[in-house]
Amino acid sequence: MTLAGFFSQLLQLAIALLLAPLLVGWVNQCRAWLSNRSAPSLLLPYLMIRKLFMKDAVVAEQASPVFRITPYIVFGAMCCAAAIVPSLATDLPFASAADAIALVGLFALARVFIALAAMDIGTAFGTLGARREMFVGFLAEPALLMVLFTASLISGSTSLPTIVDTIAHREFAIYPSLAFAGVAFTMVSLAENARIPVDNPATHLELTMIHEAMILEYSARHLALIEWASALKLFNYSCIGLALFFPFGIAVGASDWLAILGAAPALVAKLAIGGFCLALIETLSAKLRIFRAPEFLGTAFLLAVLAMLVNLLLGS
Amino acid sequence: MGPNLLGLVIAAIAAWLAIGALGLVRPRNLAFVSHGLFPAGAAVGLALALVAYFAIGRLPQSTVLPLGLPDLPFHLRLDSLSAFFLLLLGAASTAISFYAAGYFRSEEGAAPGLLCFEYHVFLAAMALVLIADDAYVFMVSWEAMALSSYFLVTTDHRIPEIRHAGFLYLLIAHVGAIAILLCFGVLQGGNGDYTFGSMRSLVLTGGWPSVAFFLALFGFGAKAGLLPMHIWLPEAHPAAPSPVSALMSGVMLKTAIYGLLRVTFDLLNGQLWWWGVVALVLGLATALFGVIFACVQSDMKRLLAYSSIENIGIIVAGIGLTILFKSYGKTLLAAITLTAVLYHALNHAFFKSLLFLATGSVLHATRERSLGKLGGLIHRMPWVAWTALVGTLAIAGLPPLNGFVSEWLLLQAFLFTPSLPQSFVNMLVPLATGALVLAVALSAYVMVKFYGVVFLGRPREPHLAYAKDAGWYERVAFVWLVAGCVVLGIFPVNVIRMLDPVNAMLVGSTAMHGGGGSWLLLAPIDAGRSSYSPLIVLVVIVAVVLLTIQVVHRYYHGRVRRAPPWDCGFPLQTPRMQDTAEGFGQPIREVFAPVLRIERHLPSPFDTAPRYAVKLDDHFWHWLYLPVANGAEFLARLIGRIQQGRISIYLTYSFVTLLALLFFVR
Repeated sequence: MTLAGFFSQLLQLAIALLLAPLLVGWVNQCRAWLSNRSAPSLLLPYLMIRKLFMKDAVVAEQASPVFRITPYIVFGAMCCAAAIVPSLATDLPFASAADAIALVGLFALARVFIALAAMDIGTAFGTLGARREMFVGFLAEPALLMVLFTASLISGSTSLPTIVDTIAHREFAIYPSLAFAGVAFTMVSLAENARIPVDNPATHLELTMIHEAMILEYSARHLALIEWASALKLFNYSCIGLALFFPFGIAVGASDWLAILGAAPALVAKLAIGGFCLALIETLSAKLRIFRAPEFLGTAFLLAVLAMLVNLLLGS
Repeated sequence: MGPNLLGLVIAAIAAWLAIGALGLVRPRNLAFVSHGLFPAGAAVGLALALVAYFAIGRLPQSTVLPLGLPDLPFHLRLDSLSAFFLLLLGAASTAISFYAAGYFRSEEGAAPGLLCFEYHVFLAAMALVLIADDAYVFMVSWEAMALSSYFLVTTDHRIPEIRHAGFLYLLIAHVGAIAILLCFGVLQGGNGDYTFGSMRSLVLTGGWPSVAFFLALFGFGAKAGLLPMHIWLPEAHPAAPSPVSALMSGVMLKTAIYGLLRVTFDLLNGQLWWWGVVALVLGLATALFGVIFACVQSDMKRLLAYSSIENIGIIVAGIGLTILFKSYGKTLLAAITLTAVLYHALNHAFFKSLLFLATGSVLHATRERSLGKLGGLIHRMPWVAWTALVGTLAIAGLPPLNGFVSEWLLLQAFLFTPSLPQSFVNMLVPLATGALVLAVALSAYVMVKFYGVVFLGRPREPHLAYAKDAGWYERVAFVWLVAGCVVLGIFPVNVIRMLDPVNAMLVGSTAMHGGGGSWLLLAPIDAGRSSYSPLIVLVVIVAVVLLTIQVVHRYYHGRVRRAPPWDCGFPLQTPRMQDTAEGFGQPIREVFAPVLRIERHLPSPFDTAPRYAVKLDDHFWHWLYLPVANGAEFLARLIGRIQQGRISIYLTYSFVTLLALLFFVR
């Protein structure tokens, strides 16, 4: 473990924790602009998290310890994921502990825990949310894995830093398989992050909720951690997308501190553009009925399988 | 040569038989059986596991026992493959026997001593299957295993459904046994020597190796629950008492996997690539089928039984991939795949036994098996609930527990497949990978449903408030199995080192020799290609959790107020408003409707006493089993016509037969 590696690892985790709420604030701002509303402050998510930490936690009478420990575990899993996704540099000592498959496993761990916590209270909305979340997840998770597999077939490795090294290092070439994978990944990210057209993060209509229905009973610090973890999840997915499809600017290999510091503005710029695109997609599409979600995700899954097939057929 | 480990294994088998026989001495004395005999059986299991652990990687030991028929003595042999499965048997049965000590009650079904006898004969027969070295011992112990487990399944034989389930189990076990017998017949190649040693040295020619392989796949598949012979599994597992379900699902299915591995990689010389394709496709179909059916079950033991079908499917798919790699001479990849297979078999023995035992405790505490009448048990039964949570997470394939390790290895193996020369196989891989990850993701759905409905939420029936937690024997068993799940999940490198002699024996390579990993880092090929370290992942998650709790409580506060649930301000809430098992499985039922056979009964709008009913059934039952059963019945009726019940007619038959024989034989 080099000193630079250790430094880039810590810096990356810190930047992920700090920037994640900002990304959410940015997306919300873009959404407001695009729909001709006056935008909330960019810092609103931070203020919200701070306010929630101050409040007294209200926990349902029949809640078991599963309910109370879940926010911490979800937050921990997302931090773990943030440490292995190469957003600034690929020289990450921790990344060898978990590869792309383990990354999907970490997301699944968070999903299962949050679904169990939703069922713990025993309200109608909680179980409804848990059921829908698992329903979305069972198609989204394989699709995400297939996207990552396509990238790992190109680079011959499932380790995320190695994938980014390979894709960024080669001379500029268009991989047809990555085009399919990119579309599939965008669709999966929308579903996994509870975005329109599968879910609506700003909904107040209980019957259409997925993610929000699961966390209805959370308050105060528990809710703050869940919100922060959701922001981290969006950040992680954005970084995976950027790392797989636009790996330019990431400090590649055993690099010096300057390159790592130079990667930070590039990351912010890419995230800003990515966030705007997300807001654009959300504004331009309508929410699907829950039973149309399998078609949407099935398409993503088939596209990802197709990407793998194309990769094997064309060898690129 | 070292110590006589085979002798110790035989001694353990004899000890089990003796314990079983002691049970017959005082069959009605519950205290003697449960506090004396079952713990003794558990101790023997532990000893067997230890012996087997030391036997892995040693030179094979063999012996001939002067038992059985004249000229047909028992050939026994202990090699690494046998030792690994004996370890699995010993480790799982330790917990299950201990659990059984606290489980059986005197008023239920057969006498406890009789159960103890059948149970230990079952254990001994499974161990004997694993060390058999000729077809004769193998078939004798295989049949002993089938019969003893049949009697265990039909413990509550006064209930017609249980008798029916037992009959189905016995029938399919014997259809499978016939195929295995024929397989050995093919393998001995006409020289009349049924020892495995002679089968090993024999090279079959022409299509005979394929015939032998498919007979083995069919025969052992019937025992393992492979499509389309899976039909007995969801009937027999719920019918049996829970320790027996655990033993059947956790261990007995693995003896079938053992048999398949033994025949394919040890007794047959050389494998053909298309066997691998068939096994792969069949395994994946079984996995998907099992998991989809598990999603829509509303009986907790049936749900687990279908989940067993899924896991067996994954294991067989792994065996198919191993055959593919082996037939193309890629021994290192074959070793990695085989490691995944063995690892998953071991994992499944632990977490599925754990969950079946947990359902047993729930069943005893609540008398309910239907998911729709459970709920909220985490408050009343914390020991069962928290240990079952570990099993649930493990079986859902989540890091850092054991289920994830074997799935990780198997997915790695799939990613290596493009290096195969056959382009047709390469095209198959993305589809196969997709099917596998779909099955794995669905198993998380199943497990959230299982755990959430049984242990979380609010009790759906008032009497659940009086449920009692499991007793001490049961708790020890749970803790042992949880420890197994955690250790297998956290220290994969050590486990794979232990498995490597088996790989070396079956596919001629070890999985760990090329790796750049250390004890901490699992890296099958090299660290740049793929690596995984569950211990680091666990430490980081736990560290973040503890740190967050500390920081939040220090800089803010840890105040908690208890209040009624908010539920969007809806005040009238009853436990009936929670999702039932049917409700939770409903989306899957809609998406996979063509796979299921759904019979709905919807009342008309004018019905004054409306009843809604949905019945889910298996297409195989209607498309395959019922036609075969009807055909058999038709034939039997035809043949029955010659049975007239009058002696003179029978004498005429004999006379005609004699004449015909004289005519033809002369």
